[in-house]
Amino acid sequence: MSRNHSGERHPEPQPYAALRTKAIDSLLVEKGLISTDAIDARVQAYEQDIGPLNGAKVVARAWTDAEFKARLLADGTSVVGEMGFFGAQGAEIVALENTPEVHNVVVCTLCSCYPWPVLGLPPRWYKSDAFRARIVIEPRAVLREFGLTLGDSIEVRVWDSNSDIRYMVLPERPKGTDGLSEEELVPLVTRDSMIGVAKAESPTRAV
Amino acid sequence: MNGVHDMGGMHGFGPIDIEADEPVFHNEWEGRVYGIVTGIREEHDVYGPYGSRHYIENISPAQYLAASYYERWMLALEAALISKGLLTADELDAKTRHFAAAPSAEPSRRDNPALAARVRQRIYAPQPIEEQASSLPRFAISDAVVVRNIHPVGHTRLPRYVRGKRGIVERLYGAQGFQDEPTIADRSPQHVYSVAFDAVELWGANAEPNQRLYIDMWESWMEAAE
Repeated sequence: MSRNHSGERHPEPQPYAALRTKAIDSLLVEKGLISTDAIDARVQAYEQDIGPLNGAKVVARAWTDAEFKARLLADGTSVVGEMGFFGAQGAEIVALENTPEVHNVVVCTLCSCYPWPVLGLPPRWYKSDAFRARIVIEPRAVLREFGLTLGDSIEVRVWDSNSDIRYMVLPERPKGTDGLSEEELVPLVTRDSMIGVAKAESPTRAV
Repeated sequence: MNGVHDMGGMHGFGPIDIEADEPVFHNEWEGRVYGIVTGIREEHDVYGPYGSRHYIENISPAQYLAASYYERWMLALEAALISKGLLTADELDAKTRHFAAAPSAEPSRRDNPALAARVRQRIYAPQPIEEQASSLPRFAISDAVVVRNIHPVGHTRLPRYVRGKRGIVERLYGAQGFQDEPTIADRSPQHVYSVAFDAVELWGANAEPNQRLYIDMWESWMEAAE
């Protein structure tokens, strides 16, 4: 970062990637190949708006509306679109239902494919070499590192998103949430539960 | 290509580095790289005709493994710009030295409000796959299939760990352009299937219990199992 919280310049040298990016940015602008505000718009949209809250709204509705859930599992793209979530990396979205018998988890071993319209941009661990390499060959060991231990009777399904399909997990509705409304359920739906490395949060205290 | 990016099943990368409450971008430059790579296509076909993954996958293996995620994007962007003749390595190096010598200097700025407004709309607009295959699907749900043992030297979406393996067709998806064709213009649509593979088939007797892998398969990768 070039600025601290009070907006003053940091004196320390900037990493090569920061300098190189400035150079590319500057040259592309000078050559008329990019427009600064059009680039800013993309950064701001994913930094400030498009994130896992979108997916959480989809999941909370699926938990409270059986007909919606059935349609979500049959045609994720249309149902996510009905909620207004479109855009890049969302051409075809498939929702995978976790149940007491089946646990789904999503990866992209070749790069980092991820359903941007519902989850935003992926966390660093999702893009890491370790996750990409290991989740397909030892998913239970990897899930334990996330604090999720699954018994041998639960089938683990790993989805490697190698085509243009983008997968999201529909986590199980936590126990003890029967009285909660759709809005009250939304905060229980974490990003990690929609990738499949965690379960949804349990309600810890009365609202 | 059998590149280092095709890492499914590799050992030695250590534990998953999980960061609580991480920001979308860890540094300002990561956001810039993201914005430029996803945005420059609005104005110029920088990655054509091979697509951006061609440039990521052609980063040398040692450099790929040493680079962070957005550094890989940056290296691929650089390579594409240079190969297209839009930048030279010399001017990029000179500009980098300029910013190293003047740490408070900011990149040149040029705004295009009409384009920025279009981009803001497009970010939220449907971007459907509208491809149709010219033939009927060759496979049906529950069919047993074998993945062809192929090793394309260019871009392929077929991970190495599944080549030659037997699986079961679980779902039929719509058609998608076949991404293994070297140029975007050649990527004619094929049926895509979700095929399930038992972990023992992929990893042998030491596989974890009760595990299956689901991989999307373009039809031309598949053969009927005997």
